[in-house]
Amino acid sequence: MTGVDPVRLYRTVRLIRRFEERAIELVRSGHIVGGIHPYIGQEGIAAGVCAALRPDDVVAGTHRGHGHVLAKGADPARMMAELCGRVTGLNRGRGGSMHAADFAVGVLGANAIVGAGGAIVTGAVWARRRRGEDLVGVSFLGDGAVNEGMLLEAFNLAALWRVPVLFVCENNGYATTMPVADSVAGSIPARAEAFGIRASVVDGQDPAAVHATTAAALARMRAGGGPEFLEAQTYRFDAHHTFEHTVRLDYRSAEEVERGRSRDPVRIAGSRLSATDRANVDADVEAVLDAAVAEALAAPEPDPATALEHLYASGLTARTGGG
Amino acid sequence: MPRLSYRKALNRALADELARDEEVFLLGEDIRVAASAVTAGLLKRFGPERVRDTPLSEQAFTSFATGAAMAGARPVVEFQIPALLFLVFEQIVNHAHKFPLMTGGQCAVPVTYLVPGSGSRTGWAGQHSDHPYSLFAHVGVTTVVPATPADAYGLLVSAIRCDDPVVVFAPAGAMEVRANVSDPAPVPLGRGRVHRAGDDVTVVAVGHVVHDALAVADELAGEVSVEVFDPRTLYPFDWDGLLASVARTRRLVVVDDSNRSCGIAGEIIATVVEQVRLHAPPQRVTRPDGAVLPFASVLDRAVQPGREQLRHAIHHVSKDG
Ligand SMILES: Cc1ncc(C[n+]2csc(CCOP(=O)(O)OP(=O)(O)O)c2C)c(N)n1
Repeated sequence: MTGVDPVRLYRTVRLIRRFEERAIELVRSGHIVGGIHPYIGQEGIAAGVCAALRPDDVVAGTHRGHGHVLAKGADPARMMAELCGRVTGLNRGRGGSMHAADFAVGVLGANAIVGAGGAIVTGAVWARRRRGEDLVGVSFLGDGAVNEGMLLEAFNLAALWRVPVLFVCENNGYATTMPVADSVAGSIPARAEAFGIRASVVDGQDPAAVHATTAAALARMRAGGGPEFLEAQTYRFDAHHTFEHTVRLDYRSAEEVERGRSRDPVRIAGSRLSATDRANVDADVEAVLDAAVAEALAAPEPDPATALEHLYASGLTARTGGG
Repeated sequence: MPRLSYRKALNRALADELARDEEVFLLGEDIRVAASAVTAGLLKRFGPERVRDTPLSEQAFTSFATGAAMAGARPVVEFQIPALLFLVFEQIVNHAHKFPLMTGGQCAVPVTYLVPGSGSRTGWAGQHSDHPYSLFAHVGVTTVVPATPADAYGLLVSAIRCDDPVVVFAPAGAMEVRANVSDPAPVPLGRGRVHRAGDDVTVVAVGHVVHDALAVADELAGEVSVEVFDPRTLYPFDWDGLLASVARTRRLVVVDDSNRSCGIAGEIIATVVEQVRLHAPPQRVTRPDGAVLPFASVLDRAVQPGREQLRHAIHHVSKDG
C-alpha cells in the first residue's frame, strides 16, 4: 500500500462523499431537476483508480458517474453547475448528471446507457496510441453491465487489438434492484478471463488497496500487456436513484444496508490520517463545496434560444419545430 | 471520357481520403479482402492499421469508431448489409449523434457509416433488403443516398471530411451504374441536383430510383414535361433547391424506396405543402406501410416502387387542376 499519499486519497473520497451529499440536498430543494444516482459508499474505487492515472489518461464513466469525473480532476464548481443546468457547467448545461464530461482532464463522459463506455474508451485509446501517444484508458462499469452483449464485444476488441484499457467493474451487489446472484451466471472476472484478459479482484471500500491493485495493472498495461479487468467489491449505501424513496422499493433488508454501511471508505481512508490532517482536509473540502454550490446557484441558466447549440460539430443548424 | 462505375467511385473516394488524411481509417467485416469490392486494393496500399477487419461485433466496433472519432480520428465503418444498421442504431443515434450536444461542444464525432448494397439485392429476401435511410433522417443524422458514380464519389468524400456522423447509403440498385466522370470531385452535403429540367411536374427521386424517374420522364416527354430532382442528401435536405423547382411546376410526385409511414416522402410532401400552393394534391410512390420484402422475385418487385406506379402518379397529378 505504498506509492500514494493517504491525504490525497482521503481528500478525493471525502470530496466525492460531500459533493454527493450536497447534490442530494440540491435535489431535495429542487435545484437539481431529474435527480441523481448517488455514488455514496463507492468512492474508494474512483479515488483509488484515478490516483493511479496520469492526467492524459482517459476514463469513461457510468450513470453513477460523479465520482469518476471528480476523481479524474474536474472542477467541483463546474460539475455542480452542470448538475444544476447552468451555462457555466462542464457541459454548458447540456449534459447534466448522467452525461458530465470534461475532455480537458480526460473524462470522455458519464454515459447513461449501461455497458456503453467500454467500446468507446477502447476506440479512443486505440486512436490516440496510433498517433504515438502512450496513454491508457479506464472504463468504469457496474455489475449490471457485465450482462450487456456490447461490453463483451468490447472485451474481445480490446484483447485482440491489445488496447490498454482497464475495465473496472464496481460490483455493488445490485443492478437497480436486481441482485448479482440472480443476474450473473458464472463469475464476473471470468467474463474477462474468457477473452484472455487478466482479471483481479479488490476490496473497493479501501481506496489504498484499489490504488495498489490498479497501479500494478496499469504498469503491466503500459509495458504493453494489453487490457486488464478489475472487480472492485463495494456497496451502494443509498438508493439507486434519488427518486427511489417516492416508490418505496423493497429489495434490501435494513440489516444488509447496515452491514454494508459499516465498511465506509471515508472512514477507512480517514483512519490512516492524523486527526489534524483529517480536520484540515474536511475543512478544505467544505470550503471548496460551499463555493461550488454558491457559484453554481449564482450562475445563469442557458439562453433558451441556444437550446440546440452544439448539436452539429459541422455547424449545421436544425430546422425549428414550427408554429 | 473515362467510364467510372458507382462501386469503383466509392473505392476511389476511400483511397483518395486515406491518402489525403492520416486520421482516416476503415473498419468493417471482411474489408481486407474486399468482400463488397468497395475496399479492393486498399489493404495493400495502406496496411492493416488503416484497413482493419473487425470481428462480428457490430455494436462494439461502431462505438469503437465513436471513441476513435472523439479522439480525433476519422473512421469509416463499412456495413455488409443494411439490416446491421438496426443493430447499431443505438450506438449511432444515442452516442455518436448526441455527444457533441450533450458534452456542450467538447467533442466532435466524425464517423462515416458506409452501406454498399442497401435496399433490395434481388433474392436476398426479408432480412437483407431494407433501406432504412428515413430512420436516420428522422433522428437528424446526416444521411446521403447517392444515385450516380460522380455523386457516390463526391458525397463519400464530403461525408469523410464532415465533422458529424454521416450515413452513406449506396443502393444496391445503383452499384452497377456507370457513367463518364472525367474529374471526380467532392459534392457538398445538403445540396440537391436537378437531373433533368421540366415545367409540369417535379419528381423527387431518392437513390437508385432516380434512374427510373429519368427513364419515365423520357418516355413521357411528348406528354408531360417532368423535372427530376435528386436531393442526394436526405438530411440536411436541400429545401431551397426543391422549393425553387416546385414553385415553378406546382406539381409534386415523390418516389422513395422505403416504407410509407413516417418515410422521407411524407416529410418532403409536408414541407412543400407548408410553403407552396400546389395545382394538384401531391403523390408519393413508396414501399407499402411496414413492408418486409418477400423472397420470390415477382413479390420483391411488387413491393418496391416501380416505373408503372410512377407513371401513374405523374398522370394523376398532371390531370388535376
Ligand atoms: C442498456 C441499459 N439498460 C437499462 C438501463 C436502465 N438502468 C439504468 S441504471 C441501471 C442499473 C445498472 O446497474 P449496474 O450496471 O450494476 O450499475 P449500478 O447502478 O449498480 O451502479 C439500469 C437497469 C440503462 N440505462 N441502459
